[in-house]
Amino acid sequence: MSGHHHDHDHHHDHSELSETELRVRALETILTEKGYVDPAALGLLIDTYETRVGPRNGARVVARAWSDPAFHARLVTDATPAISELGYAGRQGEHIVAVENTPALHNMVVCTLCSCYPWPVLGLPPVWYKSAPYRSKAVKDPRGVLRDFGFELPDGTEIRVWDSTAEIRYLVLPMRPAGTEGWSEERLADLVTRDSMIGTGLPKQPHEVA
Amino acid sequence: MDGAHDMGGVAWSGPVLPEPNEPVFHAEWERRAFAITLAMGMPGGWNIDMSRFARENRPPAEYLGMSYYQIWLAGLERLMLERGLVATDEIEAGKPLHAAKPVAKTLTPNGVAAMLHRGGPTERGATRPAGFAAGDCVRAKMIHPPTHTRLPGYVRGHDGIVERVLGCHVFPDSNASGAGEDPQWLYTVTFDGRELWGEASDPGLKVSVDAWEPYLERI
Repeated sequence: MSGHHHDHDHHHDHSELSETELRVRALETILTEKGYVDPAALGLLIDTYETRVGPRNGARVVARAWSDPAFHARLVTDATPAISELGYAGRQGEHIVAVENTPALHNMVVCTLCSCYPWPVLGLPPVWYKSAPYRSKAVKDPRGVLRDFGFELPDGTEIRVWDSTAEIRYLVLPMRPAGTEGWSEERLADLVTRDSMIGTGLPKQPHEVA
Repeated sequence: MDGAHDMGGVAWSGPVLPEPNEPVFHAEWERRAFAITLAMGMPGGWNIDMSRFARENRPPAEYLGMSYYQIWLAGLERLMLERGLVATDEIEAGKPLHAAKPVAKTLTPNGVAAMLHRGGPTERGATRPAGFAAGDCVRAKMIHPPTHTRLPGYVRGHDGIVERVLGCHVFPDSNASGAGEDPQWLYTVTFDGRELWGEASDPGLKVSVDAWEPYLERI
């Protein structure tokens, strides 16, 4: 399962794509004409995940946890109701567990068997998350994965990888960057990258969003 | 099943490739494939475990040769063909050739938000006490069912520690085959990196899976 088209022969891949395109179009026609699907509902589904549900939701959750100790406590104890306080809930986020990074422990999330990912807080997963290299390597050589993302964990840091094999979805709570004392939640949320909530990245530093 | 989808620890050359800009969808057909897959869940009546099995249950070369949404599409076609919602000749012709099969409900625009918000919670009331508690030493069973399972190959036969008790959840091995939800206790089981990968493993690595009670035995 490549997902990345540039590692195949271009001509071959192009014709394969066209075939897929035609097949999807035909299937949608059949399903619509049979009355199984409503094109307006399809449009809403696409719009929801393309423009409304994405990692900004998770960033708001993290920023609140950084700002509000009571919320932080609720989040790490039982994340699903805590996250729903911000209005994020539902499909592929029915049972969420938040796992917190510390100076001694770095958490990383993967789904080796398919592509399980906490949709309500992060949106749909990126191509690399669903790719064979990530799914195979994350559980065996997570430091190597982090190097692929361009950073090196300090030697003494333990790495904990969470393989999402059931319907529990994991959200990494990254460490709050130094130098952000007194920042508003909205400003803190600008530091929280999508990858920092999967564990393949770190939050931005204050000077990066100045 | 022991399929190509079970990728944990498989030697796979090449780095993870983060992508600049990362569009949510890379082509219009991906948008359509995503949406019809979600929308057909309602008239189709299958569950998430049936969907996963329909995607993964194919020869490795076929699975590895398809992009993500091509796999979704292949899975969706199989689920619909199995239930007679569409027929092969219709897919080939690209138009309906047979009468629609009556379905209980379809997804309307007004129903989208509620359907997504409801999701599909899998926790069920417990009918018996949990067999394991946090701190228990357990072994992941050496099983190779030809049917759907969510116990990844790389932990089978290895010893770990129950870290969390997650409640009673729908059992995918049963649910995927249509044999019912058969809820089972679910645990986060944590393995030391060296237990899974040998002495060469990063000594600071721990890996956990979420495993249902039938996957585990006490040691």
